[in-house]
Amino acid sequence: MAVDASTLAVEGSTSPVLPVPYVVRRASRETADTVTLVLGTERGRETPRFRSGQFNMLYVFGMGEVAISISGDLEQRDSLVHTVRAAGKITNALTEMSPGSTVGVRGPYGSGWPLPRAAGKDVVIVAGGLGLPPLRPAIYDMLRHRDRYGRIEVIYGARSPKDLVYYGEIQSWRALPGLRFQTTVDAAGRDWYGDVGLVTARLPDARFDPPNTVAFLCGPEIMMKLTAQALEARGVPAGSIFVSLERNMKCAVGICGHCQFGPEFVCRDGPVFSYEEIRRFLAVREV
Amino acid sequence: MTKPHTADRSSSFSQHPFVRDLPPPFAASMERLAVERKYEAGDLLLREGEVAHEFLLLIEGKVALEAVLPDRPRLTIQTVGPGEVVGWSWLAAPYRWRLDARALKPTRVFSVDSDRLRTLLDENPVDGYRFLLRLLPVIAQRLENTQFQLLDVHGS
Repeated sequence: MAVDASTLAVEGSTSPVLPVPYVVRRASRETADTVTLVLGTERGRETPRFRSGQFNMLYVFGMGEVAISISGDLEQRDSLVHTVRAAGKITNALTEMSPGSTVGVRGPYGSGWPLPRAAGKDVVIVAGGLGLPPLRPAIYDMLRHRDRYGRIEVIYGARSPKDLVYYGEIQSWRALPGLRFQTTVDAAGRDWYGDVGLVTARLPDARFDPPNTVAFLCGPEIMMKLTAQALEARGVPAGSIFVSLERNMKCAVGICGHCQFGPEFVCRDGPVFSYEEIRRFLAVREV
Repeated sequence: MTKPHTADRSSSFSQHPFVRDLPPPFAASMERLAVERKYEAGDLLLREGEVAHEFLLLIEGKVALEAVLPDRPRLTIQTVGPGEVVGWSWLAAPYRWRLDARALKPTRVFSVDSDRLRTLLDENPVDGYRFLLRLLPVIAQRLENTQFQLLDVHGS
């Protein structure tokens, strides 16, 4: 089993499959169907360390579990941040939680964004829909260690302007000199003066040196596939492109097989994969 | 439609990304059919249903392509920026715009007389083919964009 039990030792739990009770400290509505939950341990202890791109299993007691990426700051050790979209019974319940509610947490699980690979290089981050939350810890870390990286380009696409998450934070990121942030939506009304169209249509405006660029992509698979192809066409090596896959994860520790993707288990071997390694499976109709 | 200001030719037509890889003599012939226009934010460049008689190459600014739907607010389905082009309804019958195009900010374009451009393409089929190869990815991207909207990939 690839889980380091020491990272799970919160509130006395040593089992990688035993949820630990957390308390909802804050619930902020991002969009009509999406909420960011800030969770703290019941006794105010430190939360486990995690890597950007990892996920936790959140347990709504008496209902079930769901895999949700961690979207907070790596250095913030007093809370865990998860952004959840209501898309089913469990996520509906999570988005309706209020401060003081209890939620079970186990994790963190999975691989993370390979930030060391990006050191000294330009970075292109492309997020679609709820693909931004799993990338936010990486963005925080890059901004904290800004001198380690070359240019940082972020392109974020959503269904409509009202579906953009972290809107206020995006405005503050845009004001920073060391990061260029483009947003685009699939369709908009006349009150939107930003871009409308695919994230790939924004790539020509992004400034980066293709052979010396690392790209992190997260969002709908078709979006990641088209973006990876566009980046390759521009000269970014496939081995420098990383994608985060989403599958139906149940055990999260590589046992149950629900998230099997070709020879990989997304929960254990992913969710972040090298595009070069998994591209052949993205082309298969049913894996 | 808002009457545009015809501006002095201050930008290089031959260096526009759509044009610069075309054969220079053909690009020069195109340039002779072009005038530069300026629009203010909010101006309509093209109106759905009207005869399409120009091909627009954006120099600066931003243009929204809007679907006009009965009893519903206008919907922007794509934005186009500097270096991109607007419109291909001029290329095929019935030569009428399918969408509105509205400037979102002060915008400058090269407006090519598309009636004469069609004649130029007819008379120069080899260069005309290369022109179409430049235009096809624009159409393909619009189709891909529509496909994304139809699939609602970001919403699912």
